[in-house]
Amino acid sequence: MPQTFVEKVLARKAGVSEVEPGDIVNIEPDLCMSHDNAGLVIKQFRQIGVGRVWDPSRIVIPLDHRAPAESEKTATAHKSIREFVQEQGIEAFYDIREGICHQVVVEKTHILPGQVGVGTDSHTTSYGAVAAFSTGIGATEMACLWATGKVWLRVPETIAIAVEGELPFRVYAKDIILHIIGELGAEGASYRAVEFYGETVEGMSVSERFTLANLSMEMGAKSAVIPFDEVTRDYLAQRGAFERGTGSHPDAARGSGEVAAEYVVIVPDRGARHEAEYEFRVDGLEPQVACPHAVDNVRPVTELLDLAIDQAVLGSCTNGRIDDLEIAAAILDGKRLHPRVRMLVIPASRETYRTAMERGYLDIFVDTGCVILNPGCGPCLGAHQGILAPGERCIATTNRNFRGRMGSRDAEVYLASPATVAASAIAGHVADPRR
Amino acid sequence: MGIIKGRVIKLGDNIDTDVIYPGKYLPIIEASEMAAHALEGIDPSFPERIGRGDIIVAGSNFGCGSSREQAATCLAAAGIGAVVAKSFSRIFYRNAINQGLPPIECAQAADMIEEGEEVEVDLAGGQLRYSGGSLSFAALPEFVMEILNDGGLIAHTKKVMGKA
Repeated sequence: MPQTFVEKVLARKAGVSEVEPGDIVNIEPDLCMSHDNAGLVIKQFRQIGVGRVWDPSRIVIPLDHRAPAESEKTATAHKSIREFVQEQGIEAFYDIREGICHQVVVEKTHILPGQVGVGTDSHTTSYGAVAAFSTGIGATEMACLWATGKVWLRVPETIAIAVEGELPFRVYAKDIILHIIGELGAEGASYRAVEFYGETVEGMSVSERFTLANLSMEMGAKSAVIPFDEVTRDYLAQRGAFERGTGSHPDAARGSGEVAAEYVVIVPDRGARHEAEYEFRVDGLEPQVACPHAVDNVRPVTELLDLAIDQAVLGSCTNGRIDDLEIAAAILDGKRLHPRVRMLVIPASRETYRTAMERGYLDIFVDTGCVILNPGCGPCLGAHQGILAPGERCIATTNRNFRGRMGSRDAEVYLASPATVAASAIAGHVADPRR
Repeated sequence: MGIIKGRVIKLGDNIDTDVIYPGKYLPIIEASEMAAHALEGIDPSFPERIGRGDIIVAGSNFGCGSSREQAATCLAAAGIGAVVAKSFSRIFYRNAINQGLPPIECAQAADMIEEGEEVEVDLAGGQLRYSGGSLSFAALPEFVMEILNDGGLIAHTKKVMGKA
């Protein structure tokens, strides 16, 4: 019987020929990612009474949520993580300098097509951008996984979302996924695997696909994938990862010239069962904004133009990559921020930071009056670096706008694309980047 | 873990993990300390109003958002006996099981049950008894019941690995 992507990946992992939605599989993931919450994972792991983790080579830990440490508690947790990775021989530890966990995992090819990744972060769904299956779990579950090497997963039903048409000027992947979440709702993909199709998606870069897979979590998705294609192949080739058996592939010459990793391509079968199928046309799509205090409270930007803003945030695992910075820099170039607006720019990774520096984007941000922060999560989750006061309003390229998310429970967060955020930072109120 | 009795705390739809356990408290690692902030994002006085054994009855998509298991840990540590909801967000659902806090999916509960009333959850029997009668819910899978009966995933894993 034809199988969906997630069915094929989980069946292969479980060592069976087929699985069906609702089946429970007990599998050994290829990647176990934790960030600063590795501190809690370690505390739980120590309680089990096992001395060593089952496989240090599958554990990846970037520090990003509170980096550098904003408090003594966090500093203590970071210290415990540094000691633990030494003790356990975990080599893929990225200290505070490297960037946001999901970005680092993908950039450093810690996840590859067809693999299974789990992470102690809800936006672990992002790795579908490189055709992997990945999902979020809690810290205690990760601790037990470190001990046993196994995690149970229910095989999810799959929904297919086709995105068709040509994106209008200054409308982006962020606008598409916010629109989809607005239409399907915060539970629209609950417990489901999402497969993205369509000409618009095929034309997207890995970075744009990342935005789709990342935010699919906000409609409850367990995982989301953009099926493997030439875009995926090229992105990975640049980073030294090749399909198995193609190590001498001409692509190798275009990348570093070395084969750092190999993968097996798994694509969904034609005719596989989808619980639901949706199609979205984007030709006439306007820039979209998710309003407080829910990600599915989405409206076109033109309905919100008078709302004054105090803070603008460009960054996060959703929209902190080089193309996001490029879009914002192009809009900000030669302008000044509105005098009331504080704009924070947080490159998603050290690599993004360096590229932005080389291309002159950082000059533009500094000249327009932005504050450039170190690669990491910044204020997205309300930990530090730009907390909102009661009554303040922020427009951000981040991924959540729940009450209290970025500080005061009496502040408001609006979510939008890098273009809409940049245009709004100049205007001092929510602004349409097409104008 | 057989019958759980308690007084009902009613909550709405889409109760997210940022209001259950605000991000600023994430560096806390002691469960008892987490309990002091349970549901604070909904109302700062909430932690004082939670009584030991209380049962949350909520609408749909309970626990949506972040994977932070502190959202489940703080409720369990505050003494919440079970969470009954129309539906759960998947990571919270797993986290609740792993913290030994039973998540009960029951479509009608939020519409039928009032704030403050005494209810009784029969986990094995799949029954929720309240002032107006009894509601059925799908019993949890056997391996999930084992984790709950062992008191959560750490205790369960210790047992399975012979470390108990």
